Amino acid sequence: MTASRVRQTLASVASVPLTLFGLILVTFLIGRAMPIDPVIAIAGDHAPPDVIARVRTELGLDKPLPVQFAIYMGQLLHGNLGNSVMTSHPVTEDIARFFPATLELATVAIIIAILIGVPLGVVAAWRQGSRFDHVVRVVSLAGQSVPVFVLGLVCLLVFYAKLGIAPGTGQIDVAYEGMVPPITGMLVLDAALEGDWDSFWNAGSHLVLPSLVLAYFSMAYITRMTRAFMIESLAGEYIVTARAKGLSATRILWRHAFGNIAVRLVTVLALAYAGLLEGAVITETVFSWPGIGLYLTGSLLNADMNAVLGATLVIGLVYLVLNLLADLAYRLLDPRVR
Amino acid sequence: MTALSTYLSRDWLLSETPSSRTHAAWVRRYRGWLQFRGNGLAMVGLITVIVMIVASLAAPLLAFQDPSAQDLAGRLAPPSAAHWFGTDELGRDIYARILYGGRVTLGMVVAVVLLVAPIGLAVGCIAGYFGGIVDRALMRLTDVFLAFPRLVLALAFVAALKPGITSAVIAIALTAWPPYARLARAETLTVRNTDYIAAVRMTGARSGRIILRHIVPLCVSSVIVRVTLDMSGIILTAAALGFLGMGAQPPLPEWGTMIASSRAYILEQWWVPTIPGIAIFIASLAFNLLGDGMRDVLDPRQR
Repeated sequence: MTASRVRQTLASVASVPLTLFGLILVTFLIGRAMPIDPVIAIAGDHAPPDVIARVRTELGLDKPLPVQFAIYMGQLLHGNLGNSVMTSHPVTEDIARFFPATLELATVAIIIAILIGVPLGVVAAWRQGSRFDHVVRVVSLAGQSVPVFVLGLVCLLVFYAKLGIAPGTGQIDVAYEGMVPPITGMLVLDAALEGDWDSFWNAGSHLVLPSLVLAYFSMAYITRMTRAFMIESLAGEYIVTARAKGLSATRILWRHAFGNIAVRLVTVLALAYAGLLEGAVITETVFSWPGIGLYLTGSLLNADMNAVLGATLVIGLVYLVLNLLADLAYRLLDPRVR
Repeated sequence: MTALSTYLSRDWLLSETPSSRTHAAWVRRYRGWLQFRGNGLAMVGLITVIVMIVASLAAPLLAFQDPSAQDLAGRLAPPSAAHWFGTDELGRDIYARILYGGRVTLGMVVAVVLLVAPIGLAVGCIAGYFGGIVDRALMRLTDVFLAFPRLVLALAFVAALKPGITSAVIAIALTAWPPYARLARAETLTVRNTDYIAAVRMTGARSGRIILRHIVPLCVSSVIVRVTLDMSGIILTAAALGFLGMGAQPPLPEWGTMIASSRAYILEQWWVPTIPGIAIFIASLAFNLLGDGMRDVLDPRQR
């Protein structure tokens, strides 16, 4: 590894705290621009003026904005995101409770998306211009165009209401609720760890529809990128060499052409995983999936500002980390990056 | 004076030896159009987009009913000759609401693009042209906005402003400009040190003039491609905000809002929420197909 590569890698890591600071500043400003007065939320509509003044002082709202920001930063460093009005728990506790469900959903979805998307992209590139290629192109363009909430609702209508082969909304049937003690917070995993196979199958069947809907969303992106990378790779001179050596088509395709795009693909997959967070917000709302997306939209409708800002900040942080990992994978694993 | 028919002839448009700069530009455009026309999917996209624009502009002529006229006796009616797409939960004609909803959606898209493209161009060109500390500061700002998933940031902004169509447009615009800034910066960096920019500078032109007259025009074609591809994302984000109750508010016939308010009827009267869903899908797919075809023509690096 050359010195300049080390320096560039360090620079990309060093830029993270700065971006994170910007992120915190943005959420802080959004919070202060809110039309809802936090003092009235705490003291109530009919509180006498002296109580309002006292609460205002306690919250530090009488201080200048930069001082308020410093206080906010101090609280964040102590892991304090304030209390949620809706659940009356600290926001950090709520997020810790809701986040595993999102992680479960997004992880299953990205696995499905990779297993289907990557082979589709590879074969489409191999047979570029064929009918198969056109079908893949239309299918993936449709995936980029379909609103996730519409797809989710239609899937519920067809597979749950009409055909009856899929369970309804939620993470598990009501009858099974609370049967599995939370370990990781990911219900399917917890049930397996507990050896509670009834709950395992029930929770697993609830996972199918939302994860498929979410997977289609990122499969479209993964397929398109894989296809584009493969077309470029297949045009390389090393492919001609491999052909001249008389290697089989499968070997050329997977070993030589695909082997050369694997690193760039890792970057795309990390970005797709991050992108799933966004799809998860809507998918969770449609399927009443108790993840951070449902928490965020529920808090929004209740004007629960601490919860909204906390969830936004956590999602932003996860997004930032995944982006950094994608960047690092690209810089460290690909020998062609100077 | 040459007759107009000369200019419209194929030979003139495909001439190998253009007689003037304008002539050469038209030859290039015509060749691009021929290439675009050969792409069947792109043409489907273009025609759909044109039909959509015409249909929403002509909504008062095409709709037989007032989109907000309620008829509680005839609510949730299935599609019929009187109501092509049936009626919604308040007995309003869905066909009329889809047409008027197109105005809302396309209007939001246009508003977002008009806000975003200039901001992105300005930030990107200034950062690229001046370089150094200006570049670093502006790109750091861009990164902060890129560090959020778009919809989540838009949701937080709308919550801070107040749910509604104006807030939705502002929120989407605030989250949509960074890619344009990056694009414009990259384009600027490639031309910043060229001889003709040096020549313009030597004539005494000031930075503002150089950026506006000599750099921005070069970024326009890649920005147009990006805008077209972005349209579908903007449509989807606007619809998602509407669906989550943070975008256009009822009774405004916005497609996402229509789905949200009729969601409860999906099991019995499935067409009520499904038809606006199909409208969103078609609109977003059409822009994707169009943008894909335009990228093939306008963006030489993708060939």
